[in-house]
Amino acid sequence: MKHKKAEAELRQIALKVREHIIRMSTDGGCFTGASLSCTDLLVFLYCNFLNINENNLNDPERDYLFLSKGHDVPALYGTLAEIGILNKERLNNHLKTNDFIYWHPNTKMPGIEFHSGSLGHLLSVSMGVAYDCKLKNQKNKIVVILGDGELNEGSVWEGILVCSALKLDNIIAVIDRNQFQANCKTEELIPLESLEKKFEAFKWNVSSCNGHDFNYLDETFSSVPFLSGRPSAVIADTIRGKGLPSIEARADRWFCNFTHEEVDLLLKELYTQEKTALKSETLIVR
Amino acid sequence: MNYEEFLLDLLGKDERYVILTAENRAAMRNLPGKIKDRFIDVGIAEQTMVGIAAGLALRGRIPIVHALSTFLTMRAFEFIRTDVGIGNLPVKLMGAFSGFLSEANGPTHQAVEDISLMRGIPNVNVFSPSDEEDMIIGLPKVFASPNPYYIRYTNLKSILKHNENFEIGKSEIISDGTDVLILVHGMLLKEAIEASRILSDSGRSAGVVNMRSLKPADENTLINICKNSNLVVTLEDHFLTGGLYSILSEIIVKNRISCRVLPVALENTWFKPALLNDVLHYEKFDGRSIAEKINLELKKIQRPEPQYSI
Repeated sequence: MKHKKAEAELRQIALKVREHIIRMSTDGGCFTGASLSCTDLLVFLYCNFLNINENNLNDPERDYLFLSKGHDVPALYGTLAEIGILNKERLNNHLKTNDFIYWHPNTKMPGIEFHSGSLGHLLSVSMGVAYDCKLKNQKNKIVVILGDGELNEGSVWEGILVCSALKLDNIIAVIDRNQFQANCKTEELIPLESLEKKFEAFKWNVSSCNGHDFNYLDETFSSVPFLSGRPSAVIADTIRGKGLPSIEARADRWFCNFTHEEVDLLLKELYTQEKTALKSETLIVR
Repeated sequence: MNYEEFLLDLLGKDERYVILTAENRAAMRNLPGKIKDRFIDVGIAEQTMVGIAAGLALRGRIPIVHALSTFLTMRAFEFIRTDVGIGNLPVKLMGAFSGFLSEANGPTHQAVEDISLMRGIPNVNVFSPSDEEDMIIGLPKVFASPNPYYIRYTNLKSILKHNENFEIGKSEIISDGTDVLILVHGMLLKEAIEASRILSDSGRSAGVVNMRSLKPADENTLINICKNSNLVVTLEDHFLTGGLYSILSEIIVKNRISCRVLPVALENTWFKPALLNDVLHYEKFDGRSIAEKINLELKKIQRPEPQYSI
């Protein structure tokens, strides 16, 4: 049984991860909004749910996490750095040619199970891993993080359909439901609701929870798989840009490339929660 | 031994192999019950099948996936390129009904750009056997290779005894010739041999090479052939772009060789859907039509076109 960290400690770790994300949001920038929405999720999963640590990265009986919405990788790198899988110093190499820390995940980085970036791929890849774990009677948990915007991709629904047909109850799909896709609100562009009913109709077991509340996350994940023989989906209600009130839930703050002065102000904002006046370019398309 | 027996034998010997299909079971009617959980039918979902195969390969399996060539290489292209190609995973992609083998299905089912697409992906190799026997001779090495592989699956019966020494990147010399060398891959080998027989009846000496491995190609053999032949023919049920003609052209340019090449391929249009023999006649890919095209080209060589001066 994994030794669980207390809520206060998780909060401290999540603040540190958010600091890493803010520091990566300059000199070229990164997908800040999408990274901040799944930060608490990733911190919870690595600290209190998944059997993944610096010593078992090649153990076939470890748990797996696949980041299908790959553009939020700063949150994953930040988390891996805080739990000791990734050397924190390497985060200073963000976007530099001397390292492999670019806008999407890749297996040159420790703790990254598979590359992603093209949306709609890693549900099926994680199903292959899950299938093999079952063939070998291993009890690994396979978590795949999907974006809500990513659910526009047909291949995701193909995977959802096939996953329940194959009865892969070791799969847990976590939807980072931050209500935005790139520059639009999901419900204004391609409405997803009722998302729970959609998963249920595809014979998945579904639970929704607040994706920023560690107690709710603990309660939800403590009962997965929700039902034997069926894959599980957790719809985590989140806020794009969570932690920085000046960019929270804004359609124009998906990719951010702040000035160095703004980074300093935002690092303060993270702790004071008082809005910073931002002047850097918005609506950046990558 | 047919393909299904070959798979059964392989799976019995090596735990790593897993069979996947996108509801394309023609080549494995009796397999599911015999291999149980190592047979996965994902339904008509080629993208998901390739993604699952990549995941299985991450866990050390060697997945052999089956679908119609068009849907495998085109519907699931980005999954092959992004998951299998970038990952350099040993996924084996068996494409059925490629080229003329789609017969009367029509252009939706005609994989005549599959080789071009697959060989354009780094790490992905391509094997185009002429018939089932040729395929089964090659598959042990193709499947054991650490590379991802695209295989033009065929169940055609062989018309000759093949050389059983298959090597990745090596062709099979069927016959030598002094007037012309026909390079061919896949099901058109039979027509190439027929063309060569017709040409020899009229006093021409035509050799035939079964390419087998298209990527890597048998570069040394192709260089020798180009240096020593008056005429080289590339024969394929594929578009002119990206297939054997392109492979040969790249080798010729790279090695600064000058050589006369006659391509026989589909030029910029899909073929007339019909039963196989009717397709071959209609599209002039039968042995007699090929021999006529070669004879015309040989006559051009013997009687050079007059040089005009202004």
